[in-house]
Amino acid sequence: MKYTFTVSPDFNPEFISGWFFFNTWLQKSLNEQIHLELYNDFESQRQAIAHDEIDLIYANPFDASNLVREKGFVPIACPDNAADEAIIAVSAESAISNVDELQPGLRISKTDDPDVNMVCSLMLEPANLDAQNTTASTRATYVLVAKDLITQDADVGFFLADTYTNLSKMTRSKLKQLVRSDIHDIHHLLLAGPQISHKRGEILERLLAMPANEKGLGVLQGLGIENWKAVEQEDTEFMIDLMETLKN
Amino acid sequence: MNDMKMADIIGEYREKVLTFHDDSQRKVFYTEVEFPVPDGRLIVSRTDLKGAITHANESFVEMSGYTREELIGAPHSILRHPEMPAAAFQGLWSTLAEKKKWHGYVKNLRKDGGFYWVYATVIPNIRGGEVLGYTSVRRRPSKMKVKEAEALYETLT
Ligand SMILES: Cc1cc2nc3c(=O)[nH]c(=O)nc-3n(C[C@H](O)[C@H](O)[C@H](O)COP(=O)(O)O)c2cc1C
Repeated sequence: MKYTFTVSPDFNPEFISGWFFFNTWLQKSLNEQIHLELYNDFESQRQAIAHDEIDLIYANPFDASNLVREKGFVPIACPDNAADEAIIAVSAESAISNVDELQPGLRISKTDDPDVNMVCSLMLEPANLDAQNTTASTRATYVLVAKDLITQDADVGFFLADTYTNLSKMTRSKLKQLVRSDIHDIHHLLLAGPQISHKRGEILERLLAMPANEKGLGVLQGLGIENWKAVEQEDTEFMIDLMETLKN
Repeated sequence: MNDMKMADIIGEYREKVLTFHDDSQRKVFYTEVEFPVPDGRLIVSRTDLKGAITHANESFVEMSGYTREELIGAPHSILRHPEMPAAAFQGLWSTLAEKKKWHGYVKNLRKDGGFYWVYATVIPNIRGGEVLGYTSVRRRPSKMKVKEAEALYETLT
């Protein structure tokens, strides 16, 4: 049987080769054929999921609900200490220093990263801002979002916190963080689809052993992950319930 | 539930005896000291089917002023503020009974008598078609929405 693995399109571009190494490592560890398919955007990945073309996925928490509750995926693991925190930033020259000062007519620059966009929208609520009284443009990358702020083509930008802190020093010096989420409970996770879920135990065992051998350690470093942590069904159900309270 | 302790209260207070849906009562002390929810936080708790707290995140513990040990197992009405109308919670429970999601603005009472306003969402935890408990997630509301809720609740209490 040939399996297909995919990664949430919001992965850090720095780690693209890391995901290919991970896929090779996984094939060898399981002695199975696994093809890594990367999608440019969430929409095309969702199409593939809808057509049951995916067996393994490193999923965005926003998509976990559909994958687990509609498509029968089971959780395997997540990076230890992982949390998808989000940041709203403005240009360093902006007079704004607090969310409450933001006004209707706000121009937002963002990517198509669904959990970041959701969390950032929540963080605008205290200023009574929503889709009705703001405008948003969607960019292909966070670097382009940063650019929109620097060129004043947008008033605020929505960022994944990890990506924001990894922007070049030069770029970051031209930006100012307005607010950062402090949630902890929302994170990406590795899920197994119905075709491969019988191997969950074996995959988990291999993942947890990665830091203990040189090859595994190298692959982990290529992903910027320290080690994996097992995720149980109820942990994921809890995260999905939490996400559901936040979706409108 | 135990009455609130005067020794825990910080600042000038008023007192009131609350009557809950099951006719049990609690004497509470409350002040005018507000604790705004910090930006970017989510305050998370879970309860069993009767509304007893089974899980609370760090932000929940911190905002409430209680210790985790005091919260786990306690009825969620431990946070009930005298200015919250009973009708708001009747609406919450009848929405949950239909397995639906509930939203609302809630003024909560802290252990020290202070208060904090939240925008709360509550959903049933459905596993295999069965409701096993409830999850609530709260966040910082806008000042304008709080004003509207205050005006409305005043007419209902
Ligand atoms: C998940 C969940 C979260 C709740 N959160 C609160 C809360 O933050 N504050 C509050 O006063 N009541 C909350 N309630 C409602 C209480 O259970 C209770 O109904 C309310 O305090 C009024 O008390 P009574 O129903 O015993 O009269 C929550 C209920 C559930 C199921």
